[in-house]
Amino acid sequence: MIHGVKGSLLAAVSLALVGCAATGKETASAGSKPAASADRPAKFDKNPYPSTYKPYPGRPTAVRGVTIFDGEGTRIDDGVVLFADGKVEAVGGADTAIPAGYDVIDGSGKYLTPGIIDIHSHLGDYPSPSVDAHDDGNEATSPTTPEVWSEHSVWPQDPGFSRALANGGVTALQILPGSANLMGGRSITLKNVPSRTVQGMKFPGAPYGLKMACGENPKRVYGGKGRMPSTRMGNFAVNRQTWAKAAAYKKKMDDGKAVDRDLAMETLAGVLTGEILIHNHCYRADEMALVIDMSKEFGYKVSTFHHAVESYKIADMLAKEGICSAMWADWWGFKMEAYDSVNENVPLVHHAGACAIVHSDDANQIQRLNQEAAKARAAGRRMGIDVSDAVAWTWLSYNPAKALGIADQTGSLKAGKMADVVLWNGNPFSAYTRPEKVWIDGALMFDAMDPRRRPVSDFELGQPGEGDVK
Amino acid sequence: MMRALLLSAAAMIALPAAAQDIAITNAKLVIGDGSAPIEGGTVVVRGGKVVAAGAGVAVPAGVERVDAEGRYVTPGIVAAFSRVGLTEVDAVSGSNDRSAARSRFSAGLDIAPALNPMGSPVAVNRASGVTRAIVAPSTSSNLFAGQGAVVDLADDMDMVTKARALQFVAFGEAGASKAGGSRAATFLLFREQLLAARSYARNPAALAEWGNDAMLQRADAEALVRVIDGTTPLFVRVDRAADIVNVLKLKGDFPALKLVLVGVTDGWLVAREIAAAKVPVILSPLSDLPDSFERLAATQSNAGRLKAAGVDVSVGVFDDDDAHKMGYATQYAGNLVGLARLPGASGLTWDQAFASISSAPARAVGMDGSIGSLRPGRAGDVVIWDNDPLELGSRPAAIWIDGKAQSLTTRQDRLRERYATPQEGALPKAYDR
Repeated sequence: MIHGVKGSLLAAVSLALVGCAATGKETASAGSKPAASADRPAKFDKNPYPSTYKPYPGRPTAVRGVTIFDGEGTRIDDGVVLFADGKVEAVGGADTAIPAGYDVIDGSGKYLTPGIIDIHSHLGDYPSPSVDAHDDGNEATSPTTPEVWSEHSVWPQDPGFSRALANGGVTALQILPGSANLMGGRSITLKNVPSRTVQGMKFPGAPYGLKMACGENPKRVYGGKGRMPSTRMGNFAVNRQTWAKAAAYKKKMDDGKAVDRDLAMETLAGVLTGEILIHNHCYRADEMALVIDMSKEFGYKVSTFHHAVESYKIADMLAKEGICSAMWADWWGFKMEAYDSVNENVPLVHHAGACAIVHSDDANQIQRLNQEAAKARAAGRRMGIDVSDAVAWTWLSYNPAKALGIADQTGSLKAGKMADVVLWNGNPFSAYTRPEKVWIDGALMFDAMDPRRRPVSDFELGQPGEGDVK
Repeated sequence: MMRALLLSAAAMIALPAAAQDIAITNAKLVIGDGSAPIEGGTVVVRGGKVVAAGAGVAVPAGVERVDAEGRYVTPGIVAAFSRVGLTEVDAVSGSNDRSAARSRFSAGLDIAPALNPMGSPVAVNRASGVTRAIVAPSTSSNLFAGQGAVVDLADDMDMVTKARALQFVAFGEAGASKAGGSRAATFLLFREQLLAARSYARNPAALAEWGNDAMLQRADAEALVRVIDGTTPLFVRVDRAADIVNVLKLKGDFPALKLVLVGVTDGWLVAREIAAAKVPVILSPLSDLPDSFERLAATQSNAGRLKAAGVDVSVGVFDDDDAHKMGYATQYAGNLVGLARLPGASGLTWDQAFASISSAPARAVGMDGSIGSLRPGRAGDVVIWDNDPLELGSRPAAIWIDGKAQSLTTRQDRLRERYATPQEGALPKAYDR
């Protein structure tokens, strides 16, 4: 490794947590029943940094003669997709009527898919340029920091967002804190639209997540400082003690007792009530099995194991528990807990009936998640697991949308859902294919044929290569 | 059933110990020199070397025939800049010999005895079609990282094709941090160390007189003498356009230097200067992020623009990994073919792209007469692919290195076979092999 990507991977690979329901600027009572005024529970705003994102204007558009993967496993050849007012209106065959007044795009020889959703990104928190002043992804000063929110570190001017859009067809992504901590903080789900503020990127209504991390990173970071945890058993002890405290905090609130405001406990209580989704960085199968028991001990659910290099060893358990695995196609060998990687991890998890997701955790690979899925699918085929192109696309849009709690709004091409759409100039499972157009909520945000539809961040303005093809 | 499929796939390739005389016929034959694939081609390997390749090549009597059934047959991939063989698990320090942060030596370090041909990254990279690699040490505390090697990835104990095949040094931000904190310090330290080595060459006895103030250890001086006289190519990591121009000027003081530029992220800005200097470049072609102030102009069109300017471009896989995933070379080269088809972007033709991962790196390290293509006289490193080798998911169906058939089975295959059905059976998984 000549420069720092692997270094940052070792130090920071992981997921982030996110938490908290961000649904509306509701003022919630911390307690659920009336209490005497003397010990009235504190009221607090669960959504103090609300999304200001509004879809950009789009034109009613029809793409016809195109091969469609709808994101839920269906393929339509010579198909038609209609979208207007930010929403998908119709997805059908060649006989689908195109209303008057629609811009019509000939998609022959091309492919249309839902936008890719990366469930594991650190864009904005570890932006380019990756200088020390931008090192905002890990609050690595305490093994549990559920009180931090990744959105407060996101730099909207990170040029990486535009690369993920233009080269990767990524229309939504989850920004996670790093994995130095057992509980790293809340994650945030963003629309991949440029904005002056992070609020202008926040996916309206998406639940928060909480990033947790197993294994080597927390025990190395804190053991190295002479602090607990320094072992895997220390990891679990600190986690369990913290969950026990959170359960007591939540009970106090449920009982209508007064509580001092505690941002860390608010996040964990949100997990225990199911409002905040757990995204757990975990490589080894045996550790994932222990985390599952810990989640049952304290009454929460893991949405997704991230990295999940050994999910193939317990794919049956993950299917039974309904837990997703967010995986790379073939990363391995950079650390001990990534030693047992197999190229068939994604298809083996899928084949067992569990939820499989292809993720990046990387500002480069987020630009070709479709290619990573293609490699995983090919590895599966070689061992007799034949996953079609259309079904493999579920790893890139619908499954991550489900795991993020936004599948009712995006992740597949269904009438009424957000028109987050990519037109590819060939089969997106080919190395020779690139996004030609990307729409977010029906607005054309990237067009390979039009240099004016290419976002250029403030950082790049006036620099060598401004507005280049990248 | 799944297990039976796996085992039969693993058993397809036998493991003869000796070089075979072999003729692969009915191939979509890629020579690797930038020429177009030849339909119905034949390649003949005898005594471990290619003796003929092309259309209408006669198969000599007594030579075993392998029918490629129309599939792609190519030279093995040459990893252009890597650490294959130097590390097993990066974060496990005992298994990682990339660099020597606490050594008193620098340029004199020679990676050859650190290479481990039995390491699992060798097998994994081989199974993805990589048969040779240019391996460089990583820089750590000293300006010069040491001497790299050209290696083969065969499943035998003799990994070194050519020891001391290159010297590696980093300029730019990395070099500045090692030289004392600035680019000025890098250029001065570089020059002073080479001048000291030149003095040593003229009068080896002088070294003893330098004592503790010596700028170089004896072994370092000897290694740098070979750099100064052009015996050892000097691989220079450099990215910023101004740094590239200044590195090219080093030939003014040391005219015999054989420079190879590595990284070259902003190289397209000075493509004409690089071409005029006739210095080859090895780049990681999909880097497009301004992830430092020396890579502000990063674009995936860098390779295509440099090639169009007449620069000899090799495609490497580094910055994201440099030891475990050399098979990404084919994916990256394939991406360059895709870019060539995208309006406004620059890329490579398929034939150029394949050459950038075979003959071009061999040429950069001065060994295109012996490896990197299927022209007569080159090593018998041949791959039969199950599909277009630059396309995603294509894999080798058979590999020969120096004419010896190679195993394609890896430790990863064994794990996948064990867990093809994750549930434990009559006995625990530990008995399942």
